[in-house]
Amino acid sequence: MNLLKYVARNAFRHKLRTSLTVIGMAIVVLAYCLLRTVVAAWYAGVEASSPNRLITRNAVSLIFPLPISYLNRIKEVPGVVAVTYGRWFGGIYINEKNFFPQFAIDAEHYLSLYPEFLIPEKQLEAFKKDRRGCIAGRLIVKKYGWKIGDVITLRGTIFPGTWDFVLEGIYRGRDRGTDESQFFFHWDYLNESLKKTMPIRADHVGWFVVQIADPARAGEISRKIDAIFQNSLAETLTETEKAFQMGFVSMTEAIVVAIKAISYIVIGIIFVVLSNTMAMTARERTREYGVLKTLGFEGPFLLKLIIGESVFIAATGGILGIILSFPAARIFAKSLETFFPIFNLSVKTLASGLVSALIVGVLSGLLPGIKASKTPIVESLTHVG
Amino acid sequence: MSEPPSKENPKELKNDDDRALIIINDLHKSYRKGTQKVTVLTGVNLSITRAQYVAFIGPSGSGKTTLLNLIAGIDRPDRGKLVVDGIDITRLDDSKLSRWRARHVGFIFQFYNLIPVLTAFENVELPLLLTPLSRKQRKKHVTAALKVTGILDRAFYYPSQLSGGQQQRVAIARAIVTDPTIIVADEPTGDLDKDSAVQILDLLHHLNRELGKTIIMVTHDPRAARKARKVYVLDKGILRDQYENDIIW
Ligand SMILES: Nc1ncnc2c1ncn2[C@@H]1O[C@H](COP(=O)(O)OP(=O)(O)O)[C@@H](O)[C@H]1O
Ligand SMILES: [Mg+2]
Repeated sequence: MNLLKYVARNAFRHKLRTSLTVIGMAIVVLAYCLLRTVVAAWYAGVEASSPNRLITRNAVSLIFPLPISYLNRIKEVPGVVAVTYGRWFGGIYINEKNFFPQFAIDAEHYLSLYPEFLIPEKQLEAFKKDRRGCIAGRLIVKKYGWKIGDVITLRGTIFPGTWDFVLEGIYRGRDRGTDESQFFFHWDYLNESLKKTMPIRADHVGWFVVQIADPARAGEISRKIDAIFQNSLAETLTETEKAFQMGFVSMTEAIVVAIKAISYIVIGIIFVVLSNTMAMTARERTREYGVLKTLGFEGPFLLKLIIGESVFIAATGGILGIILSFPAARIFAKSLETFFPIFNLSVKTLASGLVSALIVGVLSGLLPGIKASKTPIVESLTHVG
Repeated sequence: MSEPPSKENPKELKNDDDRALIIINDLHKSYRKGTQKVTVLTGVNLSITRAQYVAFIGPSGSGKTTLLNLIAGIDRPDRGKLVVDGIDITRLDDSKLSRWRARHVGFIFQFYNLIPVLTAFENVELPLLLTPLSRKQRKKHVTAALKVTGILDRAFYYPSQLSGGQQQRVAIARAIVTDPTIIVADEPTGDLDKDSAVQILDLLHHLNRELGKTIIMVTHDPRAARKARKVYVLDKGILRDQYENDIIW
């Protein structure tokens, strides 16, 4: 006989009640973990950003381009190691549902500024040589069943027409946080075509990516770059990649806040449910607590007994919820990969789910436990019900 | 299980009767029912010697249970002195009183009050968890107690699998397993059929006669009262009468 055995036996006294509470807790922890993972997925771009990269874009809005001629002037700013550029293409592959980001890039240098995209040397060389070549992330390659050498046709929206690309390379992410759903092709290819069809839109890029050696100088270098183009036709706004990515997230911040709030609310709900279960349980056992006290057990023992049971239920549900999170997250990731290319259950999320469950367990047992240890023995012993 | 309890404060014993184990002096107790005050005991005086078998009888509501609870230290008097084996238990704080109960008092209730999720063995073991005894020693004591009460063959049954009489045997084993100074029993046969009641009374008789246990019992069953050596009659919170059952001893 020991306390743990006693606690466990107590927990299984009302099998249905305990099972329902455990299942409730499991569902809550599962929901909590998924919601938190959605929030993390939202910030995946921010998390993946490098402190060594600055983004220079049109000060008015990202949708306005910058002239390619800025490239050499940015290169001359002290502290700048390398500069490359990209442009949003926004094409459609077969139909609108197949969304993935497509970038027209500086084929020669762009990828060397993104060491997190791992691509075989040979494939990279082949891509550089093929003006119609493209590189795609492993995730979309798998999703659409592409092979090296395949011709991939995109229907332009911002840049009208149909565009054919040859898959020359497949990249994979250096770590779990790297987006493997991007698609890159030659900016030159796009630009040549524009020169013929819409010369006014040619020779422009969406943004410059500026590599710096010392992240501590990011602010100073950003200001210097922007100073060069002050009072020119297209003024620039330079910021760290992280700030740039944050800009996207903050547009949808209200949703993120709502999701976070819901993740706390579900915890609050299970707290009420478990508190009620424990209050009911403790009330039913009032006489037993009186007997235990009569035998010489004191308040702290009753507190341990009741909180122990509450934590036992909460922990069982919490662990069950965490186990269920893995298959659930896989299903979630699969069906939402278009929105959330990065959807990883993190250890931190799982741990905070379990810790929340344990805290709920302790708090739910606390009040009935205190009540039981404060009730006079004679009152407990004559309790009916 | 029959080493004599230590006399922690032998000087106080001299006050009254030298052989007195329990000395009760001008004991008062009242309860508050809302704004009303219900007086239950008014100036009870008595003393109980070691190895005595006492029964309190009297009409329902006369304060028998209240008096027993005070003696057993699970309730506190408003006024008066209550010395058990040399210790004035009214002066102990809650925690000390709790430890005192664990060491000196064994409880037998009308409704057995066993813990339903524990086996007979575990129920009896429960009070020993508060002692420094090892697992092995605990087992020895529990087995001995279950043997004395004649329920060892049901050691691994749960209370719900036992009859009332059997449950009360387990409860008595739980009461004696720590070898307490006094055993208190509140209507121990109140919930039992006639045969079981007789068996339980025989068992208590045996504990007192053969093993020298001090027993204080509350009952309104005349058969039970006849088994005690000394009977106190309580009425409206006052000791009305007292007599000894010399005949059967
Ligand atoms: N906790 C309590 N609160 C209020 N009144 C009580 C309480 N316990 C006992 N009483 C009252 O005290 C009186 C004596 O009760 P009790 O000692 O249980 O009597 P008995 O055991 O002789 O039947 C009764 O009138 C009862 O209602
Ligand atoms: Mg009574």
